[in-house]
Amino acid sequence: MPKPKLAIYWAASCGGCDIAILDIETKILDVAAFFDVIFWPCAMDFKYDDVRAMPDKSITLTLFNGSIRSSENYEIAQLLRAKSVVLCAFGSCAAEGGIPGLANFHSKEAICEYVYKQSPSLEPGNGTMPQPEVRAPEGLVRIPVLWNTVRSLDQVVDVDYVIPGCPPQSDQIAAVVAAVIDILSNGKPLPPKGTVLGATEKTCCDECKRTRNVKKIKGFIRPFEHLTDPNVCLLEQGIVCMGPATRAGCGAKCVSAGVPCRGCYGAPTNVRDQGAKMASALASVIDSTDPEEIERILDSIPDPLGTFYRFSLAESTLRRTQV
Amino acid sequence: MAKVNIKIDGHPIEVEKGSFILEAAKALGISIPTLCYYPHMTPYAACRICAVEIRDGKGWSKIVTACNYPVWDGMEVLTTTPRVLNARRVNLEMLMSQCAPVPVLQELAREFGIDKPRWGTGEDTCILCGLCVRICDEVVGAHALAFSDRGIHRRVATPFDDTSSDCILCGACASVCPTGHITMEDIDQRTVIHRDLTLGPNAAISLPFRQAVPNVPRIDPQRCIHFTTGGCGICSQVCPKECIHYDDVDTFEEIEAGAVIVATGFDNFDPTPLKQYGYGRYANVITAEEFERMNNAAGPTGGHVVLENGQEPRSIAIIHCVGSRDENHHSYCSRVCCMYALKFAHLVKEKTNAEVYQLYIDLRSFGKGYEEFYQRILDEGVNVIRGRGAEVIPSGNRRKDEGPLLVQCEDTLIGRFREIPVDMVILCTALEARRDAKETGRKFNISVGADGWFIEAHPKLAPVSTSTDGIFLAGTCQGAKDIPDTVAQGGAAAAQAMKLLCLGEVLLDAAYAEIDETYCSGCRLCNDLCAYSALEFDEAKKVSRINPALCKACGTCVAACPAGAITGRHFTDDQIYAQIEGMLT
Amino acid sequence: MSFEPKIIGFLCNWCSYTGADLAGTARMKYPANLMSIRVMCSGRVDPGFVLDAFRRGADGVLVCGCHPGDCHYVDGNHKCMRRMPLTRRIMKGMGIDPARLRLEWVSASEGARFREIVSEFTEQLRRMGPLELKEIEFDPALEGAHHA
Repeated sequence: MPKPKLAIYWAASCGGCDIAILDIETKILDVAAFFDVIFWPCAMDFKYDDVRAMPDKSITLTLFNGSIRSSENYEIAQLLRAKSVVLCAFGSCAAEGGIPGLANFHSKEAICEYVYKQSPSLEPGNGTMPQPEVRAPEGLVRIPVLWNTVRSLDQVVDVDYVIPGCPPQSDQIAAVVAAVIDILSNGKPLPPKGTVLGATEKTCCDECKRTRNVKKIKGFIRPFEHLTDPNVCLLEQGIVCMGPATRAGCGAKCVSAGVPCRGCYGAPTNVRDQGAKMASALASVIDSTDPEEIERILDSIPDPLGTFYRFSLAESTLRRTQV
Repeated sequence: MAKVNIKIDGHPIEVEKGSFILEAAKALGISIPTLCYYPHMTPYAACRICAVEIRDGKGWSKIVTACNYPVWDGMEVLTTTPRVLNARRVNLEMLMSQCAPVPVLQELAREFGIDKPRWGTGEDTCILCGLCVRICDEVVGAHALAFSDRGIHRRVATPFDDTSSDCILCGACASVCPTGHITMEDIDQRTVIHRDLTLGPNAAISLPFRQAVPNVPRIDPQRCIHFTTGGCGICSQVCPKECIHYDDVDTFEEIEAGAVIVATGFDNFDPTPLKQYGYGRYANVITAEEFERMNNAAGPTGGHVVLENGQEPRSIAIIHCVGSRDENHHSYCSRVCCMYALKFAHLVKEKTNAEVYQLYIDLRSFGKGYEEFYQRILDEGVNVIRGRGAEVIPSGNRRKDEGPLLVQCEDTLIGRFREIPVDMVILCTALEARRDAKETGRKFNISVGADGWFIEAHPKLAPVSTSTDGIFLAGTCQGAKDIPDTVAQGGAAAAQAMKLLCLGEVLLDAAYAEIDETYCSGCRLCNDLCAYSALEFDEAKKVSRINPALCKACGTCVAACPAGAITGRHFTDDQIYAQIEGMLT
Repeated sequence: MSFEPKIIGFLCNWCSYTGADLAGTARMKYPANLMSIRVMCSGRVDPGFVLDAFRRGADGVLVCGCHPGDCHYVDGNHKCMRRMPLTRRIMKGMGIDPARLRLEWVSASEGARFREIVSEFTEQLRRMGPLELKEIEFDPALEGAHHA
C-alpha cells in the first residue's frame, strides 16, 4: 500500500509555521516514515507543475500556511484544494489573515508607494515599481499580481480544518500529527469538518497562571511603562491583553513571560469578531460614567485597532479599511 | 448607712442618718413650701421658706431650714406651729420687699394672708435663690454664672456681665428659675417664635414625635449636656426604672427577609435659594411645614397662628409651587400642595380673622371631594389669585399699615400686576427625593429616575414593584403623592410582599443569561458588570456562574463576554444577528 | 429618486422601545428608514452587532437606551456609553464615518424626541449618502485590480 501523501505550503507567510513543524523534533521522523512528502517548498525544491500533474484528491493531507495576498497564493490554494482530500488552514495567516492581514488597514498603492519609493532603506533615485508584465530580452516575464485585500484561506477555497496559532505550538502540532496518523492507520472517522485542531474551546485565560479578580480599569498602559506584578492578571494592571478573547491552546506562553496575549490563536468558537468582542469586554469594565473621562481612558489604549485585530483583521466583520 | 428614727408632725419615720428633714417630710407626704430647693442639687437654704421647728423631746426647740438640716435620732419636727408659720411669713415679707411682683411669691403671700408686706414692695424679680448658679455649676458643669457684688447689690451675673463663652446655651438656668428672672433670648434681644418652630423636639431627651413607634424617649447627644460637658446626668437620677444608659451605642442588626418594602419618603425643598421669596431673610416668610407645626395644638404656639412678634396676622399669602413646576428646580408637580394650601386657608379662617390670598399656577383639586372643598374655601371668602408669586419684598413706606411684606404677582385672570400687602407668607415647598435616594437605590438595586424618585417596574401595571424581585415601593419615595395614595400604595406593597411570602416559591422569567462552562475560562471580566449580583465566580472550577434567580436578563454580560461563553436566552447573538440580516436583505 | 438610508436601531425594551411605541400610539410619524431591533437593555448591544449591520448594508446605526441614571437595570446603559465610543474608533479605523453610529438616550415618555432623533438622523444620512463598503466578500475577478 502506498504511503499517504502530505503537502505543506506557504503562501503569504514568514516561514515560522514551517519552522514550527520542524520543531516537533524527532517526531518529524514519524511524519517522514508515515507520509510521502510530495510538496514542501520551504524544505525542498518542488515544482508547481509536478502538483498540477497529480490526479485530483491524490494528496491525503495539505497543511497550508500563509494568507492569500497575491494571484499566486490564490492559484496554489485552488490547486492544492483540488488535489487534496483534507485541506488544513495551518497557522494564523491561513486561518484568519494573520499579521499580513494588517495590510488591510492600507491600500495596496499606499503600501507599494512606501515600500518601493519612500522607505528610507531604498537606494536613492531607484523608484522602480514591480510590474505584472515586463518584456525582457528573453521574452515576456510575468510576476504574480499583488491583491489589494489580504484574504484568509477559507475566504477563497473550502477549508476542512483549522490549526490556529502564530505559529501553532509544536506540541500541539505533534499531537495533531499523532492523531492524524492514528486515524489514517486505524481507519477511524475524521473529526467533523470545520473543527479547530490543536486548540481547546476555552480561552487563553484558562492556561494563564496569573490570579484573576474582578476588573475595573481606570487607564491603560503599555507593558514597558510599568513593572508588572508577575502573579496578577495583566488586564487588571491596565495592559491590554487579548487573552480573554483568544482561543486557548498555546499554553499562555506570552503572558507567563510578562507579555500580553496578542490573540494569535484567534477568536473562540462563539465569537464572530475577535476585535469587536474584545472592545466590548474592555469598554464594559472601564471604571467611569463620565463621557469625557471615558474618552480619556479610551485614548490611553495603545493602537486599539492594531491591538484588537492584530491577527484577525482579514477575517473580521469589516475585513479592511475602506480607502 | 445607719438609720435614725424621727417624727414629723407626730408621724414616725425611719430615715438615713445625715439625710435632710425635707426629704423625710416628702416621703411622708407632708408638704413644706420651698423656693430654692431642687432635687439632685446641694440644698442651699437661701429662701428660708422651708422653715420648720425641731424639738429634742426634752424641752429644747429651734427653727431650722428643712432643706439642709440633717436629721438625728429622736428628732421631732413640727411644720405647722404658729412659730413656724410666723418664721415663714417674715421671710416671705422680706423677699417681697425686694421682689413683690413675682407670681410664685404672690401665691405664697395669698396663702399666708399677707396683704401688704411690712417693709414695702420691691420691683426686682430675682430672689437670689441661687438655683441658676448651682445648676450651672453642679449639674451642667459649665460654670458660666455666679453671684457678684455683696449685700443689697448682690445679683446673679456672668463674669464681667459679658456674654460668657462658657455658656453652652442649654437653658438649664432658665428652666430652673422659680421667678422667671432668667429667660432665653437671642443675641438681638428679640423674642423668637418662629425660630422655635422646628418640627422635632427641642429637648435633649424626648420622644421623636408623639406617634413614634416605639413610643420611648431617646437622647440627642448633640443637645444633651451630659454628652457635651460630662455633667448633668439628671435624667438618670430621676428615672425610677433606671432606663437611662449613657453608654448605650448604636447596634446594627441583620434581619433575613423574604421581601423588602422601601418607604423612605421625601425631603422638603429648601426655599432659601429662591431669593425672591425672602425665606430666611423675613421672619414671617415661613414654609408650609413650619406653618403646620405652628398649627399643631401640641406645637410651640399651642396651635395659635401668630407672627414672629406673637401677634395675630391680619393677612396671609400662600404661594404655591415653590420649587415645583419650576424648570430651575423640579419640573414635576408635587401634587399635595394645592390641597393643603386650601386646608391652611380654611384653618386660618377658622382661627383668625386674617385675609388669605392663594397664589397658584393651576389649582389641582383632583381627588375625591377635593373640588367640593375648593368650592367651600371660595365660599369662606379666600382670595384665589391665578398667578405665580413673583417676589416678596418689604413694604417700606408704601403700604406699611396694611402689612410689612408686599407679595408681587401677575393676576393672569384679570391680566394685571398686583402687589398684595400681607403680614405672613407661607411657601408651599416642593416634595423632593431624599438626598440619599441614590445610595438607597444602589443598596436595593432600585433604579433612580432623573428627578431622584425610585422607578417602579411599570408605571401602570406594576406600580409598587421594582426591577428587583421582592423589593417593593410605597409612598413618596416613588414620587410625590398624598396620604390616600400613599396608604393605597402601602397596602398594595404589603399585599405583594405577603403574596411572595405565602407562596414560598418564586416564579422565574424564562429570559435569563447562562454561562456555558465549556467556554468560560474565568477571566472575570463579567463579574463586576451585574447590577443584581447574579454573577459569581467559582474559585474551585475557575469559571463564572450566573444565578438565574437573580438575573434580570439585561444582557450586559452577554455583550461583554469576550469568550462568547454567555448566552442571553431569548436574545441570543444568533437571534440578533439573524434579525440584522433579515432586515438588511 | 433620492437616496433612502437604511438605519438599524437597537432600542432598549424599557425606555427607548417604549418611547418609540409612544411615538406610534401618539400617531407621530417618523421616517420608515429605521428598522428597530428590541434588546432588553442598551447594555446588550455588542459592537459586533453594529459592525455587522454596516457590513450587511446599513447606512447608519442608532442605539437608544434609558437616560443615564434611569436605566431599568441600574447601569446597563453605562456599559453601552463606554462601548459605543470604542466602536466609533473601530469604525474610524475601518474607514467608516463614526457619525453613522448614534447613541441617544430616549425615555419612555419621549415619543416626540424619538421622532425627532430618527428624522434628524435620517436626514443626516441622506446628506452623507450611502455607505458602500468595498471588498468585503471575496471576488476573484476584482482582487488584483488596482484602486483608482
